[in-house]
Amino acid sequence: MEVSRRGFLKLSAGSLGASVIGGLGFDLTQAHARVRELKITKAKVTKSICPYCSVSCGLLAYSLSDGAMNVKDRIIHIEGNPDDPINRGTLCPKGASLKDLINSPYKLKKPMYKPAGAKEWKEITWDEAIEKFARWVKDTRDRTFIHKDRAGRVVNRCDSIIWAVGSPLGNEEGWLMVKVGIALGLSARETQATI
Amino acid sequence: MTNNWIDISNSDLVFVMGGNPAENHPCGFKWAIKAREKRGAKIINVDPRFNRTSAVADIYVRIRPGSDVAFLGGLINYVLQNEKYQKEYVKIHTTAPFIVREDFGFKDGLFTGYDPKTKSYDKTTWDYEFDPATGYPKMDPTLKHPRCVLNILKKHFSRYTPEKVAEICGCTKEEFLKVAEEVAKCGAPNKNMTILYALGWTQHSYGTQLIRTACMLQLLLGNIGVAGGGINALRGHSNVQGMTDLAGQNKNLPTYIKAPKPEEQTLEEHLKNHTPKKLHPTSMNYWANYPKFYISFLKCMWGDSATPENDFAYHYLYKPDKGYYSWDEFIDDMYKGKIEGLVTAALNFVNNTPNANKTIKALQNLKWMVVMDSFMIETAEFWKAEGVDPSQVKTEVLVLPTGDFINKEGSMTNSARWIKWKYKAVDPEGDAKDEYWIFGHFFMKIKELYEKEGGAFPDPILNLVWPYQNPYYPTAEEILTEINGYYTRDVDGHKKGERVRLFTKLRDDGSTACGGWLYCGVFPPEGNLAKRTDLHDPLGLGTYPNYAWNWPANRRVLYNRASADAKGRPWDPERPLLRWDPEKKRWVGDTPDTAATAPPEKGIGAFIMLPEGRGRLFAAKSYATFKDGPLPEHYEPYETPVENVLHPKVPHNPVAKVYKSDLDLLATPDKYPYVITTYHLVEHYFYQTNNVYSLVRLFPTHVFAEIPEELAKEKGIKNGEIIKIVTPRATVKAFAMITKRIKPQNVAGKTVYTIGLPIHGGIQGYLAKLLKNNAKASLANLISPNVWDPNSRTPEFKAFLCNIEKA
Amino acid sequence: MSTLTTGGTVGLGIRRLSASKEPDTSTKTYPELAILVDVSSCIGCKACEVACQQWHDTTPPLLTPEEVEKLGFVSYQSLPDLRHDLFMLMKFNEKDTEKGFVWFITKYQCMHCREPGCLIACPAPGAVIQYQNGVVDFDHSKCIGCKMCVVGCPFDVPRYDANNKPWKCNFCIDRVEAGLEPACAKTCPTNCLTFGLKEDMVEKGKKIVESLKKRGYENATLYDPPGVNGTGYIYVLPHGDHVKDYNLPENPRIDASIGLWKGPLKTIGSIAFWGTLLGVFLQLVLWGPIKVLGGKENKEEG
Repeated sequence: MEVSRRGFLKLSAGSLGASVIGGLGFDLTQAHARVRELKITKAKVTKSICPYCSVSCGLLAYSLSDGAMNVKDRIIHIEGNPDDPINRGTLCPKGASLKDLINSPYKLKKPMYKPAGAKEWKEITWDEAIEKFARWVKDTRDRTFIHKDRAGRVVNRCDSIIWAVGSPLGNEEGWLMVKVGIALGLSARETQATI
Repeated sequence: MTNNWIDISNSDLVFVMGGNPAENHPCGFKWAIKAREKRGAKIINVDPRFNRTSAVADIYVRIRPGSDVAFLGGLINYVLQNEKYQKEYVKIHTTAPFIVREDFGFKDGLFTGYDPKTKSYDKTTWDYEFDPATGYPKMDPTLKHPRCVLNILKKHFSRYTPEKVAEICGCTKEEFLKVAEEVAKCGAPNKNMTILYALGWTQHSYGTQLIRTACMLQLLLGNIGVAGGGINALRGHSNVQGMTDLAGQNKNLPTYIKAPKPEEQTLEEHLKNHTPKKLHPTSMNYWANYPKFYISFLKCMWGDSATPENDFAYHYLYKPDKGYYSWDEFIDDMYKGKIEGLVTAALNFVNNTPNANKTIKALQNLKWMVVMDSFMIETAEFWKAEGVDPSQVKTEVLVLPTGDFINKEGSMTNSARWIKWKYKAVDPEGDAKDEYWIFGHFFMKIKELYEKEGGAFPDPILNLVWPYQNPYYPTAEEILTEINGYYTRDVDGHKKGERVRLFTKLRDDGSTACGGWLYCGVFPPEGNLAKRTDLHDPLGLGTYPNYAWNWPANRRVLYNRASADAKGRPWDPERPLLRWDPEKKRWVGDTPDTAATAPPEKGIGAFIMLPEGRGRLFAAKSYATFKDGPLPEHYEPYETPVENVLHPKVPHNPVAKVYKSDLDLLATPDKYPYVITTYHLVEHYFYQTNNVYSLVRLFPTHVFAEIPEELAKEKGIKNGEIIKIVTPRATVKAFAMITKRIKPQNVAGKTVYTIGLPIHGGIQGYLAKLLKNNAKASLANLISPNVWDPNSRTPEFKAFLCNIEKA
Repeated sequence: MSTLTTGGTVGLGIRRLSASKEPDTSTKTYPELAILVDVSSCIGCKACEVACQQWHDTTPPLLTPEEVEKLGFVSYQSLPDLRHDLFMLMKFNEKDTEKGFVWFITKYQCMHCREPGCLIACPAPGAVIQYQNGVVDFDHSKCIGCKMCVVGCPFDVPRYDANNKPWKCNFCIDRVEAGLEPACAKTCPTNCLTFGLKEDMVEKGKKIVESLKKRGYENATLYDPPGVNGTGYIYVLPHGDHVKDYNLPENPRIDASIGLWKGPLKTIGSIAFWGTLLGVFLQLVLWGPIKVLGGKENKEEG
């Protein structure tokens, strides 16, 4: 296929055009090259860590805003941190495409709620969302809390709420969630270490 | 990982099995390539598929999915029979000389103590023979005693001959021997092999034992604790190590202290049960400090409400009666309608749990569900799944949009236990909030409700220490302070509130609070060491002691005391990870995994966390053992096309967790003749990357199965044709990718075909648009069986049965 | 594509331009740059392919399952071929050889020939630039869209967009000028891509070839084809007797007819030039635009 692609071109216009132009003799002095701006020149650089696998590649995240009021900075480019001893500036295809993860059009932007039997989501405010979240947890905990088991032993636990903490969470966020889960006495706590 | 990513480059042999680092950890795999460049190391890859790692390996051997224990058992047998193990190391650093009870035995696939009714073992006999005079196990330093651990091993693995390995694994005897010879060379004191593995080993009904086999092989070869050695779990998520450490799982409290059992009604009873006694006089038995860690944790949680008088609020802790209450059990309970609510952050377990249709059904029995994620995930929209009528789903669902990694500050723990800091670059999109904000607000709200209304046992909530300047929005460093630990009162020259320097300073009198003892030291008084970026490498072994911080105690290679001989001299002077300096009278090198100033003559055991003080070749009951045996054994996957040639009557792990609800069906080879294995691709990351344009683009065949060309020919399937993959659980559709990279194998005289199915499907992100209504048919876990490893509770995703047909 | 710029850079020095007199480069010599592709440590992860798109802000299309089925394109490759918005592509080819099964994985992009067929063939003055460091670049402001660069290229690289402008790897010349590595070389996880001076890369490549020979790859070779006076991407091929299986031409050279205009025909002058343009014009009128890409690739243009 490749050969025919070139061959076809050659037959149609190529060889004729190519063989005759040299005589015009453009001079190199007329040539000037335009400046190609380095797109990260004006960006802010932040050190981060790749959120995918557990090699923990160091990242340099370049962000920029258009300077308008109340406009959030956007990530315009990400590449490896050459001073991270593990990845030495390299990134796999997933790490190299992190800009597209961060700026994905599918990012969730509002809290949403689906009532029982509903067919669609509806947007709600954060106040409503936190209120519901706390109310659900409290009601279920109060309703199902086991103070003593059948043998009369104090067990102080709730088996009825699954508390699943994802492994992409950082240590501090994750610990906060674990801490609250333990304080609530939830026995069905899990993470994604095994699945 | 016992070692670390950079340390792979110190290796003489990179043995990759049960993992595909070139595919899933490419930037870590550079260190394997570096080992070849720097040391002339060979890369060996043993895998059912010729994959990206195989593409650059020196030796590739194909084995049948699920035959890994046999292959490794064969290597152990080869090393033992040919006396290739590192004799000095085995003698001083392992339990090889310990003598096992006379009544311990193994016959026809079962260890002593099996009860077929309960499908569990009575583990009494899995123990050492104790010397009544000393109270310690008996030992035979000459290793001649027929019941010393080494000889028990020799006998147990003698069945794994090269011929047997070839028969079970479907490779040739020559291929096996080629690998065995290379591996055996690493029994020399100056030759080190590293083992890299991942979910290819864990995701079996005997995954824990499989990894244990590899550990035993490494102990025999003297490769644990040395530079370029170790047993290295590559691990999946960026912070899976951190969230395992910090007790995402209910069986643990942060950093591996245990949740109490109902029978442990007092703190004293609990501490007594979990503070191990030495099994050898030279053992440091570091877990003897358990009470310090435990009480510091209780103080961290409940501060002034935790006093010696009230057992440090021990009764605030939940006491589960099921032991490890894991995915398998609570999905089953949810399916049975026993669970009301679910809160999940940053995980998508509809896609990640086996037999996903059961999970989807189970979610419909909930009253409510809260999902936190930066993308819409299949779990949150289970009520839109194929065959579900949303109007019949009573579950109320809340989706809270969260920030991405780039939107929040904090630390991550990589698989090499390095705690590294990341900074916030930009704000979250739209109204999304980070988890600090969400949990700050959630906790303040529920606390307010309990204050106002009262409720079931509100004390642990009302008295929870919440020491944040803005209680609605804790900061990462405030939380890291809690995890690291601080003094709760002025003591020994330390001021109240001062951060604890290292876990060795933690106390059991309530004067220290610590959220996770292994992390104590990351944030000492001088500052946050996770932020360090110093590239100084004093040993030339890539330890970078001042880059970030490493638990425990900034130790870059675990068990590094074992890298030196009895006199404290490195086995390999070229890679001196640790040595005894007689002039300085201390161990120098990496942070020593022994008492820093105890001379080698004291003979302190190199495995300080174990009561034996030595690497365990036999998982004796005295300290901790496994549910399925003190030694590994080859069991077939629960769905297998062949019989177990070692013990046909006990083909599978007899104590694996197998679920039997109406949806949990198992396949048999008559109807489902082909082995199927599931895996990741480098282009994707679970399901999240279905939201990433350039990655979705990178593999335009979004859903495909790899079919060996011989099977394709037999079935008349062409490349690019859509096929159905059928199991009793479900049927999924995929493009057929006809390949030479998987080949049929001869297993015990039978031709076995394996097909491969990447897991990255789903109905979200770009896939929703691209795949339209066919999308649900693409999820690999719709077809995987509900069979779990009894120890780790990892599902058997890597080997099950299916049939294929043209769509 | 709007954010994409092309048209060279300042500060690197120009060695030569298309359809222009050779400059005097005798007073000062410049070091040549190259990227060494060590195929023996390439895992085919496509990080380079992604990094290339990320740096150049290109978005090649997503294929729908219907398109995949129609093309019968089920492969580890991201697309069947290069496009105007896909400057580099990892090519995959599996084959049973006399040495057993081999998965041939090759990075495919402009090779930055030191004797660039595209530049030699290009009739538009200054539309193709070769910098002093050997990198070959296009300047769209001078391009007349005649597709001669495609004809001249022995590696079949330039791809035209809907505006009839050619695109290809430009060696991240903007990064190189700023002292950064090209995006592909920087990101490469296994360091199978090394960026540096050509002479160093050749030396390193030869060393790797030697070690490969010791490891049993007796046909290992360094691919730096002399027919184009060497290239800016040079390859260590473990199976040097299988150049074609790596999707590389065995002995690429510039077609003799292409160089002609610089030699004997140089003096013919502008009449002939205008005549050629007329010919192109006539072709457009009589037969419509040149359809270069054949049935399969027409789609890419839209």
